[in-house]
Amino acid sequence: MSAAADAIDLGALREGERRGRVNWPLRIGVILVGLVVVMAAVSFVWTPWDPYFVDGSNRLAGPSPSHWMGTDRFGRDILSRLMVGARTTLYVGVVAVGLAAAIGTPFGIVMGMAPRRLGTPLVRLNDLLLAFPALLLAIMFGAVFGASTTTAMIAIGLGTVPVFARIARSGTLQVMSTEYVLAARSAGRSAPAIAVRHVLPNISSLLLVQASVSFAIAVLAEAALSFLGFGTQPPTPSWGFMLNDAYTVLQVMPLQSLWPGLAIAIAVLGFNLLGDGLRDRLDPRLAEHRS
Amino acid sequence: MALQLLVRTATLVVTLVLASLMVFGFMTVLPGSAARVQLGVNATEESVAQLEAEFGLDRPLPEQYWDWVSGLPEGDFGTSYVTKATIGPQIVDRMLVTLWLVGAGMVVALVIAVPVGTMAAVRHRTSSGTVLTALSQVGIAIPSFLAGILLVSVFSVWLGWFPPGGWTPPSRGLGEFLGGLALPALALGLVQGSVLSRYVRSTVLNTQREDFMRTARSKGLLPRQAMVRHGLRNAAIPVVTVLGIQMSTLLVGAVVVEKVFVIPGLGSLLLDGVANRDLLLVQGVVMVLVVAILAVNWVVDVLYTILDPRLRAAT
Repeated sequence: MSAAADAIDLGALREGERRGRVNWPLRIGVILVGLVVVMAAVSFVWTPWDPYFVDGSNRLAGPSPSHWMGTDRFGRDILSRLMVGARTTLYVGVVAVGLAAAIGTPFGIVMGMAPRRLGTPLVRLNDLLLAFPALLLAIMFGAVFGASTTTAMIAIGLGTVPVFARIARSGTLQVMSTEYVLAARSAGRSAPAIAVRHVLPNISSLLLVQASVSFAIAVLAEAALSFLGFGTQPPTPSWGFMLNDAYTVLQVMPLQSLWPGLAIAIAVLGFNLLGDGLRDRLDPRLAEHRS
Repeated sequence: MALQLLVRTATLVVTLVLASLMVFGFMTVLPGSAARVQLGVNATEESVAQLEAEFGLDRPLPEQYWDWVSGLPEGDFGTSYVTKATIGPQIVDRMLVTLWLVGAGMVVALVIAVPVGTMAAVRHRTSSGTVLTALSQVGIAIPSFLAGILLVSVFSVWLGWFPPGGWTPPSRGLGEFLGGLALPALALGLVQGSVLSRYVRSTVLNTQREDFMRTARSKGLLPRQAMVRHGLRNAAIPVVTVLGIQMSTLLVGAVVVEKVFVIPGLGSLLLDGVANRDLLLVQGVVMVLVVAILAVNWVVDVLYTILDPRLRAAT
């Protein structure tokens, strides 16, 4: 990170400290996201039961000391499946957001730095892409390529590209109007050099906030897709499909849908709060604006 | 203003053409033509070629595109490769159902967002304001299909007040129609209302600090009068924009909510199309949804021009 970006972050930090306000969104966000991450990490080494173990004699059992959250309609342990499902959720989120950032950020910077003649058509193109919501794109992908976790995360990622591009562009426009960029330009620095040395470090906090918010949207989209049957395919555990499964037995076991539902809500709430908290922390001007 | 409207409308038309090219390109050019998709991976080249000829897929792409797109303005979406039924009438029937759902969801969202957001703004330094803001954050984290399931568990399974799903058209009795619409509309509207309430809150907060509000107060208006005469109109601008952007979320949310409540709308039609590998049907429904989203954006742009006196003066 460049000295300029460091200076901004430190300034923001001191500002926050001086006001002495506790950043609750950030704290709660870190705790909730941490909970999901720990659940996923622990599932690699330990789960209470084998998440694929079918116990025909113990179907649709309520919570008990041996099955804390009960069993599903195949007699599989819900907690174990929820833990492994956390992996799917994080995996999809990381790949989708990574893809969106990797394509959207350079595209947005180019839109922001390009001369107006070229920039305006690109912005219009981006607006057009925004009209294709990630979930709709994912359903189209599912129709053409078949449903799978990979299709889902690529589609969610591509659907999020224009969102990143728009944020990157607005950040770039701000950086491009600063004096240090003017100085760099008059010193004869090339456009790519300015993009890498000045623009990227200065919009990184903006992108970080967007990444967190987009992660929440990706988790939602994956859950919705798996719920519809277009995402992760059974028997691989995913929260969306577990919810779908639970929905079929809603009349007999309403409690079943609570667990995956709660997991989805915790993950989405966590990433949303993390994004909000980061925004308050990294950009005090925005925080003032919001409160 | 007339010039601005003209430019915006021209942009809409160009965007619609580009969108149709994208949808067509995606569903046609990518590997897995409609014939191959329908015959499966083990089909021989001859059988694929034969079916392609039958569907007219062996014609040049520009011709196929023109054939498809020229029918769209008249509601002709072609004939399904799978069911051999005309797609247009199906889309129109289902669209009416989805419009009811989305419209009702929007009303629920507004009924929640405007009072909650305004209260949260007016009391933003008190605990009740904080509680409202926190509640809206929780509301955002609950996806509409989850809200739907929770609503069904409480109001259908437990209390038995509403049917757990299904659809009664308004022509077959208003009571049953509203009963069937209530839970899906709530499921859609709760989430959207939470998102919207945050925008209402920050907009009302910002408007209170504007110079023109201070001017209005200094010429003797009470805070309430100033808000009603000058504030609300200005606060409406960003809210209308967000409402427009949310239309796309609402439409996509409807796709999932229709599945939860077994409602025969556009979403179910889309999902059936995917399940039956009916690519032309999927192409048509996706196009309708994208047109709806773009058209709403256009309406928002136009409203923007009408609502904001500064934008009007600029032309």
